[in-house]
Amino acid sequence: MKVVFEHLTKKFPGRGRKARGEVIAVNDFSFEIPDGKLIGLLGPSGCGKSTTLNLLCGLLKPTSGRIFFGEDDVTELPAEKRGVGMVFQNYALYPHLTVRQNIIFPLQNLKGADRLSKAQMAQKAYEAAKLVQIEELMDRKPSELSGGQQQRVAIARALVKMPRVLLMDEPLSNLDARLRLQTREEIRRIQRETKITTIFVTHDQEEAMSISDMIVVMKDGVIQQIGKPQEVYDDPVNLFVAKFLGTPPINVFDGEIREGWLYIGADAVLPAKGVSDQQVFVGIRPEGFIPKEQGALACRLRGVEVMGRDISVVSAHEACENSAVRSIISAENRIDMEAEKIRFDLKPGKVFVFEKETGKRLCFSAE
Amino acid sequence: MTKGKLKMDKKSMKGWLYLLPAILFLGFFMVYPLIDVFIYSFEEGYNSASQTYYGVGLYNYSYVLHDPYFLQAVKNTFILVAVTVPVSTGLALLISVGLNSIRPLKELYQTIYFLPYVTNTLAVGLVFMILFKRTPYTDGFVNLMLHWFGAGPVDFIDGPYAAKMFVLCLYTVWVVMPFKILIFTGALASVNQDYYNAAKVDGTSRFRIFMRITLPMISPTLFYLIITGFIGAFKAYSDSVALFGTDLNAAGMNTIVGYVYDMLYGNGGGYPSYASAAAIILFAIVLTITCINLLISDKHVYYS
Repeated sequence: MKVVFEHLTKKFPGRGRKARGEVIAVNDFSFEIPDGKLIGLLGPSGCGKSTTLNLLCGLLKPTSGRIFFGEDDVTELPAEKRGVGMVFQNYALYPHLTVRQNIIFPLQNLKGADRLSKAQMAQKAYEAAKLVQIEELMDRKPSELSGGQQQRVAIARALVKMPRVLLMDEPLSNLDARLRLQTREEIRRIQRETKITTIFVTHDQEEAMSISDMIVVMKDGVIQQIGKPQEVYDDPVNLFVAKFLGTPPINVFDGEIREGWLYIGADAVLPAKGVSDQQVFVGIRPEGFIPKEQGALACRLRGVEVMGRDISVVSAHEACENSAVRSIISAENRIDMEAEKIRFDLKPGKVFVFEKETGKRLCFSAE
Repeated sequence: MTKGKLKMDKKSMKGWLYLLPAILFLGFFMVYPLIDVFIYSFEEGYNSASQTYYGVGLYNYSYVLHDPYFLQAVKNTFILVAVTVPVSTGLALLISVGLNSIRPLKELYQTIYFLPYVTNTLAVGLVFMILFKRTPYTDGFVNLMLHWFGAGPVDFIDGPYAAKMFVLCLYTVWVVMPFKILIFTGALASVNQDYYNAAKVDGTSRFRIFMRITLPMISPTLFYLIITGFIGAFKAYSDSVALFGTDLNAAGMNTIVGYVYDMLYGNGGGYPSYASAAAIILFAIVLTITCINLLISDKHVYYS
């Protein structure tokens, strides 16, 4: 089921005595989610991603704009008529019911012609449990399960009715690091098997990048960029997106475009044609550095972290916004750890230039 | 090992020390009198002035159980319990659910519903008098309303038994409900909103949400209120006094606790042995009911 947003806006009234007007949590969203994909809504906390999810499932009503599931306008439909499955951040498993009762619960709500026999319900619940591999835990109470298992039960409960759209609010945030890796693969597998359009919310860019077919980067209720994870990473539209994606994060420098060259400090690091002379921010991905004796950019060497496959070089530069310039280079390079300075050449594709005022990306040609 | 044991002893000594004031206090004023009452109830013809008695046996119990006033009091108490506990608990739950789902004026309504709790029993009794009592000048407010609907005047205070019982039950429900509403609203507010959201997304009807989620989640509170409600209703006395005066036997509206009081200090008072026997019988009844409650609750109450 494809999901379409049309100028979706949600405003909350200001609260408290010092209320300063209303808060716009979701500001004029218009985009289309193709059928059967896994979509990550990504952004820092307070950017409106959970609000978007609540608008989708019908727990909140939009101030204006419309939502379509396929051709159906669901904007005015109450939550129960939308046919969505939702996995809550804290799972919201009913603590007094067993796993089986939890999974069957949505089926028992069906009325009229949709009503299933007891055997059919049990069968469906078993299938859902099997899909998430918890069929052995059916008679336990949620409190007797680990966090990862509870998560699976929550997914099974959301899937048992075969919803048109599956929504997940921060699905991995309550799990420990190892389980997180495992569970995100699980989510990917379950989504592939069921082919249900799945939208999940996260503030963890790594999580979103690793499993999504498409990511939507948001900030302050405004969509910044939509695209395949790799595309967004390689081609960010503004400084915010460039900073938000990638670990280690992008290195941001104060720079200047002068006479067709990009300067960082006094060093002319790259030719930059097609951009007028101005002060700019320069973002360089950690993998965009090539250590070279005659390199264009000189940094003070602070340390080298060997990670086996790669080396992480930590250095400093006065024009750099970050406290340290982090670069990841292949372990085949030999770095003189005693040296005071290190020089790099830059890979043009890994260097982004942004307008100083607006943070908008400026495209330049390094030819 | 010895060192460990010594340490433990020191620790538990400390514990006992902290408990000492409460133990002494409860021992003197609760446990000792309880045992004393138990002993009195078997001492026949005990005289508190001379501290003498004729013999030991079950005569006190036999007397009390054959006393028509006591049987009347037992009947009254059981009716009171059977009517007021379910009605007040059910109504309080209903009102709390209502309070919980409104936003504007919620605090105002909460305050209004809580007012009877902070109002003196006898003051409330006075209000009920105005509502129900017939005097040479007026038939009472309720009778006035009954008259509008063409129903004849009913003497609620000195009239037929059913009318008097009705007023007593109404009064009790009215007095005990505020506390229950307060506790219920607290319990309802503490249920995580996510459960409701999850149920809503899954298309659960409001009635089913209430039955399958709200009720189990507040079941410990519900159970607590039922048990304390039973105990409280069995110990009812002042409500009856506030409505029907101190000569409850004559009004036929005595309760078990009222009977105990009358045996000690009432008109024909001075019978501590009978009073003790009646008190022990009440204790046995309350204990039995509470045990039954506990047994039932094991199956139906969910503790997180």
